[in-house]
Amino acid sequence: MPAEYSDLSISDFASAIPDGAKLAIPADYAGVSMAATRALIRRKAKNLHLVGVPTSGLQAELLIGAGCVATLESSALTLGEYGPAPRFTKAVREGSIHLIDATCPAIHAGLQASQKGIPFMPLRGILGSDVLKHHPGWKVIQNPFSESEDPIVAIPAIQPDIALFHAPLADRDGNVWLGRKRELVNMSHASKTAFVTVDAICETSLFETEEMAAGVLPTLYVGEIYHAPNGSWPLPFWNGAKVDDAHMQEYMKMAASDAGFNEYLERYVYGESAMA
Amino acid sequence: MTVADEKKALICLIAGLLRDCNHVAVGAASPIPGAAALLAKAAWGSPRHVNILGSVANNFFTGGGGELFDCAAQGRIDAFFLGGGQIDGEANINLMGRGPYPTSAPRWPGTFGSAYLYFLIPKVILFREEHTRRTLVEKVDFISAPGVSDEKIYRKGGPYGLITSKAFFMFNRKKRRFSLLSIHPGSSLEDILDNTGFAFDYEETTPVTPPPDPELLKLLEMDVSRPVAEVYPNFSATIFPVT
Repeated sequence: MPAEYSDLSISDFASAIPDGAKLAIPADYAGVSMAATRALIRRKAKNLHLVGVPTSGLQAELLIGAGCVATLESSALTLGEYGPAPRFTKAVREGSIHLIDATCPAIHAGLQASQKGIPFMPLRGILGSDVLKHHPGWKVIQNPFSESEDPIVAIPAIQPDIALFHAPLADRDGNVWLGRKRELVNMSHASKTAFVTVDAICETSLFETEEMAAGVLPTLYVGEIYHAPNGSWPLPFWNGAKVDDAHMQEYMKMAASDAGFNEYLERYVYGESAMA
Repeated sequence: MTVADEKKALICLIAGLLRDCNHVAVGAASPIPGAAALLAKAAWGSPRHVNILGSVANNFFTGGGGELFDCAAQGRIDAFFLGGGQIDGEANINLMGRGPYPTSAPRWPGTFGSAYLYFLIPKVILFREEHTRRTLVEKVDFISAPGVSDEKIYRKGGPYGLITSKAFFMFNRKKRRFSLLSIHPGSSLEDILDNTGFAFDYEETTPVTPPPDPELLKLLEMDVSRPVAEVYPNFSATIFPVT
């Protein structure tokens, strides 16, 4: 954990995420590191395995469009009211990415199994769904505690290499404050390490008061931190920014064609390093 | 009736179905059910708890994204809403996409929590405004969540009914079939038969859906429009024009 965050550039941060990494990423409303996403595209990351916790949106859409993704494991990829995600829709139609479609609680359960270091977590529901039929890992087992027939789905542990997200605050010891977004804690506990961009660096310890400490991810789980104010742009952030509505509408227009999407990358992704 | 009036009538209709609930959860992209839950809470104090996912102000969970699902499995959520690109006559829902999986075209976002919540929440109200043979089909192309299960399967919940822009159907879990309960003003039995891709039970004398109670409508427009706008700004702008 570097003590001086200023030593690290966002390019260094993204370069520390290797090709082929399995990345746990949060839903669009939970704190997505779009700053790191753009840096991953700039460094032409390849063969990423994204795990949407429990869904993904613009982040996966951009990475898929830019050719960085081999596998998308998620319960959904949604841009909400902006409509169908154009690059994702195209990739699915052309079969150019490997899909592991799940259901939200199964993603949480798979991470929970990893947190506990156990092979699987049983989960109710799901039986009779085509999601179960097509999922490569889930198995139906008999409830070992029931004397009558009681099938239940076993969800294997999901252990991502890196949990990647955006949070409001980190201190100089590498602790990260994420309030009540406990899914970010679960993601980080389940993953081998966590890479976090933050809006601000706090000069005092986040453990100084119990009120703050209750929402802290301890440095034990954190690999890299990068100070990226408004790092979720153009997505909304629960602790600040609203969605950049005009930008999202512009994205939808541009991403409708291959040429338009490439122009989008030129303008807002490759162009960003020059701006910074 | 204007489109805005029709949407307000749907909100009032759905609100009435939530009166017997303690805790109603609503998905992030469901403005009409979300508005209905907020209206029911404002009108009757019942449901007591309304949780709108993805909202900051109207989401009281502190245990992370998994808490909703744990709550559902414990029986702590009484009602929820599901939709889908396709819904069939056995109340199977498809949120995945049209055509053969995995190369669905179009592909929709995905199954979300439906494959789980449909089993565990007692009153799941299916809501899909578009009432056409494209959405209400004989058999879905992909079962995101099945409408009914065999008796050996642990199942505490499932489909209660289906509300569209044209009608209100109840679902009979034993018969595995919808029956037409009422027809919204502006539609007719012929219209519904023409535009529904699955077979369902009905009476020639199916009643018209009653208009919203004027007091409830007033409450929606006066008091509930504000919290609705906080959660669903774009939707709110279309039904509560700024004066």
